[in-house]
Amino acid sequence: MSYAGDIVTIASVSAGAFFFLAGTVGLLRFPDTLTRLHALTKADNLGLGFVVLGLLPQAASLRDGLKLISIWLLALLAGATVSQLIARSARQGGPAR
Amino acid sequence: MSITTVFESVLAALVLGLALWTIAVRETYSATVGFVAYGLMVALIWVGLDAIDVALTEAAIGGGLGGIVLLGAAARLRDTESTAAETPNRMVRLGAAALSAAIAAALAIAILLLPDAAPTLAPAAVANAAATGLANPVTNVLMAFRGMDTALEKVVLLLAIVGVWSLASDQAWGGRPGPHHEADPNGVLAFLARLLPPVGIVIGVYILWTGADHPGGAFQGGAVLASMWLLVIMAGLADTPPASSRRLRLVLVAGPGLFFLVGLGGLCFGAAFLAYPIAHAKPLILGIETAMLLTIAATLALLLAGAPERSVPR
Repeated sequence: MSYAGDIVTIASVSAGAFFFLAGTVGLLRFPDTLTRLHALTKADNLGLGFVVLGLLPQAASLRDGLKLISIWLLALLAGATVSQLIARSARQGGPAR
Repeated sequence: MSITTVFESVLAALVLGLALWTIAVRETYSATVGFVAYGLMVALIWVGLDAIDVALTEAAIGGGLGGIVLLGAAARLRDTESTAAETPNRMVRLGAAALSAAIAAALAIAILLLPDAAPTLAPAAVANAAATGLANPVTNVLMAFRGMDTALEKVVLLLAIVGVWSLASDQAWGGRPGPHHEADPNGVLAFLARLLPPVGIVIGVYILWTGADHPGGAFQGGAVLASMWLLVIMAGLADTPPASSRRLRLVLVAGPGLFFLVGLGGLCFGAAFLAYPIAHAKPLILGIETAMLLTIAATLALLLAGAPERSVPR
């Protein structure tokens, strides 16, 4: 049981790390604000999602697992909102504040 | 070399790099962003040192609220920066560099000269945990063993808010702090400001409550509550209360006030100032912490909101 859990953890956290890496490369390489935001939110949503998924089998209790999932949901909410706000201010061409 | 050592080395290099970048970069805004990232990395180091209480505070203050204060300052300075042609001359800059290097060297020497087994009161603090009924040694030290320091620290917060309010002009004295925020009531920010605060309030109170036995406490919980309040204010859903509001001032003095009241009670009925009666130590401490949670949340949020700018019609 724990063996299968460990395999899920390794595979899933590796996938999460890959998305973070890809997102960072995109953030550095993409030409403008909107495409960079696209890369960043993919890293946050999918990367963090996979990391949390991978850590779930290692959670000591149901409560710890629920905490991990709520961290992911909160990061999703904050990431989605902030990227909308940044994108809007980038499109209006004003200073990013 | 184990994987932990590699991780720690990378983290240390990252923190040093961020610190150098924050100092070297020319634009105020970039330096602020560097400082926020630096705060978050330092919080990770505290986690690595098993000092979760410190890590929470560092992330909340150094990375979060402190970052917002600096961002606000950077935004205000942006207009003046291009016009300020006057740069300090070479002597002043060399002097500042020499002074900073001397302080850094002195700190480094002091740390290198520490005795191998650094003097510590940690075992004593853990051994006497039963005296208060709280299991978190950090909360014990903050609220009981060194309660005086914490009480005075809250007075410092109060002095800080008085200092910020003193910057108000005569017309705005007693008015509402900060600019009035207008945001699209159906926009994304207003949506977040409606959705997040219920969650944030629960988390803030939870951090206070769990601080009795696990990492957490009034300061960290108060920082979460403060950021929720600021979010609602920035989304234009609520306005900052006028500085002359009696209810607001009551909240601002509630924490230190109750702390000193209990302290005086200890002087009258117990052994010394701030001596809790053993049987009631835990409820008393939790009561003070609850009052401090409100005080800290209000103080931090108002520190960020700034000086009163808009006078209230009387």
